[in-house]
Amino acid sequence: MKHTATIRIALRALRRNKLRTALTMLGIIIGVGAVVAMVGIGAGAKAQVEAQIATLGQNVILVMSGTTTASGIRTGFGSAGTLKVEDAEAILREVPGVVSVSPELRAAMQVASGNQNLMTQILGEGADYFEIRQWPFKSGTSFTEQDVRGANKVCVIGLTTSRTLFGDADPVGEILRIKQVPFVITGVLTPKGMSMMGSDQDDVVILPYTSAMKRVMGQTMLRGMNVQAASPDVLLQVQDQIITLLRQKHRIQPGRDDDFTVRGQQDIAAMATEQSKTMTILLAAVAGVSLVVGGIGIMNIMLVSVTERTREIGIRMAVGAHGSDILLQFLIESITLSSLGGIIGILLGILSSYLLSTISHWPTMVSPASIVVAFLFSAGVGIFFGYYPAQKAAALDPIDALRYE
Amino acid sequence: MKPLIQLENLVKTYQSGEVEVRAVRNVSLVVEPGEFVAVMGASGSGKSTMMNTIGCLDRPTAGRYLLDGVDVSALDRARLADIRNEKIGFVFQGFNLLSRTSAVENVELPMLYARGAKSPRDIRARALAALAMVGLADRAEHFPNQLSGGQQQRVAIARALCNDPSLILADEPTGNLDTRTSIEIMGVFQKLNDSGITIMMVTHELDIAAFAKRNIVMRDGVIVTDKPVERRHFAAEELNQPTAQPNAVAAA
Ligand SMILES: Nc1ncnc2c1ncn2[C@@H]1O[C@H](COP(=O)(O)OP(=O)(O)O)[C@@H](O)[C@H]1O
Ligand SMILES: [Mg+2]
Repeated sequence: MKHTATIRIALRALRRNKLRTALTMLGIIIGVGAVVAMVGIGAGAKAQVEAQIATLGQNVILVMSGTTTASGIRTGFGSAGTLKVEDAEAILREVPGVVSVSPELRAAMQVASGNQNLMTQILGEGADYFEIRQWPFKSGTSFTEQDVRGANKVCVIGLTTSRTLFGDADPVGEILRIKQVPFVITGVLTPKGMSMMGSDQDDVVILPYTSAMKRVMGQTMLRGMNVQAASPDVLLQVQDQIITLLRQKHRIQPGRDDDFTVRGQQDIAAMATEQSKTMTILLAAVAGVSLVVGGIGIMNIMLVSVTERTREIGIRMAVGAHGSDILLQFLIESITLSSLGGIIGILLGILSSYLLSTISHWPTMVSPASIVVAFLFSAGVGIFFGYYPAQKAAALDPIDALRYE
Repeated sequence: MKPLIQLENLVKTYQSGEVEVRAVRNVSLVVEPGEFVAVMGASGSGKSTMMNTIGCLDRPTAGRYLLDGVDVSALDRARLADIRNEKIGFVFQGFNLLSRTSAVENVELPMLYARGAKSPRDIRARALAALAMVGLADRAEHFPNQLSGGQQQRVAIARALCNDPSLILADEPTGNLDTRTSIEIMGVFQKLNDSGITIMMVTHELDIAAFAKRNIVMRDGVIVTDKPVERRHFAAEELNQPTAQPNAVAAA
């Protein structure tokens, strides 16, 4: 009963000074709105990166040609051309836990069909490649193990390539020329979207790696390989064994650098999440600062309010209010200010992340957890910054307060 | 019957910087229930200090104060607040109403801080009854700045009344009012005193003090005169004289 009366008293005081109440809340509104929007942007970016990592496939280990210089700078992956097909075969044969390996070659080249031309990414891969990367077909099928063995003139194309060369028509069975060599299209892949590097993964033509070696690129060194492990549990172990095996096969002396690079999917994921986490923390810190500024605004106004209302406090005490009643009254005022500001800020934050994602196509993701945290934080700001002024009010001496002009 | 107020060698000393101000030096006083006491004396003679102590707003430096037989000299802030809430009503010179708060909400204030649970409807009903008692039933929703000084002081009296106090303390209640309005306020006090409430009132004016039953004069922190009023004034009579305005009668 007494507390509901105190709450009513506090709310009445806020209603009486609407403009000041609104202005005081503004700091919190902006702070909380910024927190919600920023964390939403951070989480959206993180989700996007995670989705991109998932497009790598499942339990995938990337092995790339290339080395690390003495100064620690990596030369371009794959450029050194240190991996051979035998390496890939050895890994599949000798490392337990490896399910499949797809040797990889890569080059950017002109392709043509009819009178259409296109500069695209040519990949030479094993037949297991689509399985490893979990890349389903939109139409048609993969080339086969036989095609690989026979270096047949067949290929699979990405959706972007298909659209550019054939429009909406189904290109399965059509001919694609690479360096004047005709390849029959056996399948079109479903879209995977952007890679982490920002390139279009669907702008691609995939051949059996043997065909790429013999008929298109004229080289036998691999750019790298995609290795699939049996389960996530063996990934690290498989990774280590690949390193040991390759060092052995390449006769690398102990103490010298590898001439290849092995990256587990988790490493890539960890790196990416580390980056997006840093970004989220940075954004949240900026937003948090504005929240603290908002809190100081509340404290400032509450201090002014306590001074202005000294006589009111004296009257209340004279008619029987305890210090604790006064404390509660002012705390409720500041908590109401901050949590109301928090709620408005949350709505504003949701709205602005929605606008960001629809207008500028930033991926944003406002999670319920971030909303709850933002709300609790704003209420906490009210308690933290409201306590000192409220305590000051509660400690007033009734006679002094009554005499205050 | 035990006395309502019993001061025994009350001393109140203020420390302002290096100087020690002995506002109340050595006051012993007994006030029985039902009395109406006017306290007079020059400015700075310690009247307000004594009233604040009696009102449990302040604690004595030395001596004892028994209110209703209970020694309140050593109680803590919260207990003193409870006693003020339950037993004492205050009326101040400057009215001390909450601005931008309606008359009835001002009157409700002490009930909001009362220990016993009362519903908002009970509280509103009692506040309206108290306003009616002081003749302001039709001004309940008015704000203080829409009321005359006399009306504001009556709101303050209604506020002092609403928790059924045994004692009303009024420090210069007519200090800001004209003579006629002052008499109206005295009329309200006499009515309340007739209903059994003990009243202690500080005033500078002999005319006003004559509405009380007993007059005390203070000088330099001690009581120098303490005597019953011989020719008591009655507000009802004074307001009934031909010069009186008719509406004031109803108000008183
Ligand atoms: N809070 C205080 N601090 C210091 N001196 C005070 C304080 N309150 C009152 N006094 C002093 O105590 C004396 C009595 O004051 P007061 O009781 O207000 O007198 P009165 O009400 O009779 O005019 C005065 O000299 C006044 O200056
Ligand atoms: Mg005084």
